Amino acid sequence: MKVLVAVKRVVDYNVKVRVKADNSGVDLANVKMSMNPFCEIAVEEAVRLKEKGVATEIVVVSVGPATAQEQLRTALALGADRAILVESADELNSLAVAKLLKAVVDKEQPQLVILGKQSIDSDNNQTGQMLAALSGYAQGTFASKVEVAGDKVNVTREVDGGLQTVALNLPAIVTTDLRLNEPRYASLPNIMKAKKKPLDVVTPDALGVATASTLKTLKVEAPAARSAGIKVKSVAELVEKLKNEAKVI
Amino acid sequence: MTILVVAEHTNATLAPATLNTVAAAQKIGGDIHVLVAGAACGAAAEAAAKVAGVAKVLVADNAAYAHQLPENVAPLVAELGKGCSHILAAATSNGKNILPRVAALLDVDQISEIISVESADTFKRPIYAGNAIATVQSTAAVKVITVRATGFDPVAADGGSAAVEAVSGAADAGASSFVGEELAKSDRPELTAAKIVISGGRGMQNGDNFKLLYTLADKLGAAVGASRAAVDAGFVPNDMQVGQTGKIVAPQLYVAVGISGAIQHLAGMKDSKVIVAINKDEEAPIFQVADYGLVADLFDAVPELETLV
Repeated sequence: MKVLVAVKRVVDYNVKVRVKADNSGVDLANVKMSMNPFCEIAVEEAVRLKEKGVATEIVVVSVGPATAQEQLRTALALGADRAILVESADELNSLAVAKLLKAVVDKEQPQLVILGKQSIDSDNNQTGQMLAALSGYAQGTFASKVEVAGDKVNVTREVDGGLQTVALNLPAIVTTDLRLNEPRYASLPNIMKAKKKPLDVVTPDALGVATASTLKTLKVEAPAARSAGIKVKSVAELVEKLKNEAKVI
Repeated sequence: MTILVVAEHTNATLAPATLNTVAAAQKIGGDIHVLVAGAACGAAAEAAAKVAGVAKVLVADNAAYAHQLPENVAPLVAELGKGCSHILAAATSNGKNILPRVAALLDVDQISEIISVESADTFKRPIYAGNAIATVQSTAAVKVITVRATGFDPVAADGGSAAVEAVSGAADAGASSFVGEELAKSDRPELTAAKIVISGGRGMQNGDNFKLLYTLADKLGAAVGASRAAVDAGFVPNDMQVGQTGKIVAPQLYVAVGISGAIQHLAGMKDSKVIVAINKDEEAPIFQVADYGLVADLFDAVPELETLV
């Protein structure tokens, strides 16, 4: 079966971001960009499905600027077969991204779509669920285990109280949580090979999707800083402070 | 203006996060209707009717809603909410699963994990793991929003006497089914609702050593959490994880034991009222946010703490 994986180019998770002085956003100039960590897990899961003989083709798609080709090449080096970039210089909201992905799903007809559960920049946690709604497919979000069985996929989900397992009719949408797998690193020969794999670029217009949003970011601020308190010398002093000063125990 | 609040519940009981969500709805202002969608969920609906500030409780009692499958619940919420000004749910794993699906069905953007209400159309929400706070304004006809519980003080669980009305909706969409669940059994309070949280990090060295924290927690009536490092190392299950990728907590007292204080962990606990850090590395970043820091070996300090509290 064909598996579609969606990936996003985001600020590298090791970068400590700074808010711009004019409060218009965070400063991304000269900052290292990478594939969103949850998307790496999505690519890895697709590659494992192919290694098991469940998946026959892996198509990786990204919605973003021209530079997102770097992340698509990374996915190709990790084992995806071909890539599609829906190029948009604008920062798009989750609903617009979901609509663009829906257009790609209509064209590619994958049996399974795997996405990260959220991106570490906007922290929205929406796109997979929205794509599922627009496609009319079932969704298995926050997956820690994915097993394809016949015309269904069993997804074990990380929920607040523990784990929940659901069976979804295929085609279905899965979003990844941290413990689904540990992504591999791309080998040098595979990075070289990835340069020759096909990468198509399309525009939202060509897909016939309007990307206007009802949301506007008015300002972005640094969070209120929490100042360091005091160091206590002993457990006894700590208990005394908690009882008499903070009055929390 | 009617605000539809999607209740978080277990069919038998109403989850505390619902009270924080109602509080956010009160800040927006309007008639607050609470939807309890479940199976044999009469008890949860009764509890919802008693919540202060709730005007009406809508009960959708159907086997298809028993396990909150989004394929079945989202169309119901979209149908009931399409004439409302706002649709709110707690940013729990359940709320995050269902609400974006509702928003897409209504063809509107969703606003995730708001921490404050500036006005009926403007909200604050953390981005970049809490390293920045965005103020966003929505012009959507229906504003679909998940609410971070720690941003709002809960309303009273009693004092209200809302009318309870049965509603029917689409039944089983037939796209998905519930197979099973493994819920952690614990007598300790739930992490996001506990007044005191004690968390362990990589410094705990192994899962057995978490017993030290469990003993201390039982004495204090506290919940036990963990850093992502401790979860990744396999010491404890993921549902104990506090942080950007786990649970967001804001208890009266947060005790970080053997936790260095990675940004992603701080994002999950830095709104706690009082933070205590116990770590043998005095350079650990956790001390920069701790009200009380103790540089000590946790294997000495935690047992001593247990005898003194």
